[in-house]
Amino acid sequence: MSTASLVAHQARYDLRVFLRDPRARGFTLALPLLLLLLFGYIFRHEVFNYTGVSIPGDSYYLPRMIVLGIASVTLSNLVVVLVAKRETGALKRRRATPVQPVVLIGGDVITSEVSALAIVVVLSVVGWAVFGVHQTAAGAGAVIVTAVIGTAALCGVAYAVATLIKSIDAAGPLVMLIMFTLNAISGIYIPENLFPAWLRDIAQVLPIRPLAVAMQAAFDPRTNGGRLFAWPDLLIVAAWGVAGALFAVRRFSWSPSQA
Amino acid sequence: MRGIDLEVARGEILAFLGPNGAGKTTTTEILEGFRKRTAGDVRVLGTDPEHAGPDWRARIGVVLQTNAPERLLTVRECLSMYAGYYPRPLSVNRVLELTGLTEKTDSRCDQLSGGQQRRLDVALALIGDPELIFLDEPTTGFDPTARRLTWDVVSGLRDLGKTIFLTTHFMDEAEALADRIMILAAGRIVASGTPQTIGGRDIDATVISFTLPDGRTAAQLPTLPGQLGQHPSAQRAHGRVEISVPEPMPALHALTEWAMANGLPLADISVQRPSLEDIYLRLTAGDGGTR
Repeated sequence: MSTASLVAHQARYDLRVFLRDPRARGFTLALPLLLLLLFGYIFRHEVFNYTGVSIPGDSYYLPRMIVLGIASVTLSNLVVVLVAKRETGALKRRRATPVQPVVLIGGDVITSEVSALAIVVVLSVVGWAVFGVHQTAAGAGAVIVTAVIGTAALCGVAYAVATLIKSIDAAGPLVMLIMFTLNAISGIYIPENLFPAWLRDIAQVLPIRPLAVAMQAAFDPRTNGGRLFAWPDLLIVAAWGVAGALFAVRRFSWSPSQA
Repeated sequence: MRGIDLEVARGEILAFLGPNGAGKTTTTEILEGFRKRTAGDVRVLGTDPEHAGPDWRARIGVVLQTNAPERLLTVRECLSMYAGYYPRPLSVNRVLELTGLTEKTDSRCDQLSGGQQRRLDVALALIGDPELIFLDEPTTGFDPTARRLTWDVVSGLRDLGKTIFLTTHFMDEAEALADRIMILAAGRIVASGTPQTIGGRDIDATVISFTLPDGRTAAQLPTLPGQLGQHPSAQRAHGRVEISVPEPMPALHALTEWAMANGLPLADISVQRPSLEDIYLRLTAGDGGTR
């Protein structure tokens, strides 16, 4: 098989595992969907002042719940999957086969991208059907491109984080801590206009807020001076992905930590 | 490891025996290419495992000490996934048949018993149709039935002409499966040979033992040809005597002649060759690494 068809082969099985894992399904799809319905309902009559533009509560939360889903797919699910594969010896087992690392990484990235796109579709449809958040065709394209770039970048960060966690038991709680803190200071749960400027500045150099800003722009370009793509923000996200990948390459291990 | 020399011939099953901590897994991992050696020269299938690429890995099969099935895939899916990694895999059905997993084809990997999971490990090692298979303690923690089933699978691999490098700390496993045994202790190979001859097992002393008839003492026994030591080596509780001799036949002849002449039955006489376990315990004595 060529490398491309091997990646497709691997992704088929990785996706199957993802779909059969109730924890993966729950955290990546159910949680963002539930929070979208909850926050969208609670804040449906609120209007937030966001970068000088007034946007309704449900329009604020839709892009952010998509970002939450993308972060869950990568920083939560992928990290736990990677740590589990390494610590159970499944990764080492695959190292004993001729399979190339690029195939395994490709499988992880494709699985994450497919999951992220499913989240984009489901949440966008719910946002439109329940809260009437409209989207143009161009906007939809921007949302998808933004989601694909964000997911790929956060996969890189996930690979880096996975090298820092040494046991399966620690993976779940650590990932929750990272996710919750990062999301909270990035305006995912709490409207950003309530934040002091310095907190937004800190969040802006971390990967989640720039992705949320870019996703918001794709849904509502008024927040980005009329442009669908917030390239400077996407660049920050992509830089995190590259940095994460480089860090992971240096520290990567096929074998369990407690061998 | 303190420097070992070993060679495995094509089509051979070599058992690598040793107490825990003797260096079995370290050696295996060096041969599998998982671990860098600090010194020495290693060639596996003509290639240095440390620098071997995918082509080399396509020719070996590995059963690691810890099993790691893809728990959310079925047995068939797991095998199909691994089959995709190899240039010329065996058919999934054939491997299922070889490892006795046909009935478990559609079971999820996490629903298999310990023995079935181990056989799945063997199946994954086989799927690429390797020339050389590493089996690291394939039956540790098994019940006797599961062990026998795994032994049958390994014997089947011999019939396929595979070369097998087996590590184990079970004597009976080595004796049942191996063409050749190497015993490792404290990082050195202390013995090497066939199960019948290793450690001088074939030329080692035979132990003749029996219970002394009433009223007789050990001193009254005849001196047997080749007897090791002046007197019977030990007189144990209940008047049991053990005599070590290099050649059992002349000694037995002399002993039974004496017994017949004196009208003594020696009803519980037994003749024992040294077991592989005796050899193993003698050779690994002093290596503290035991479980």
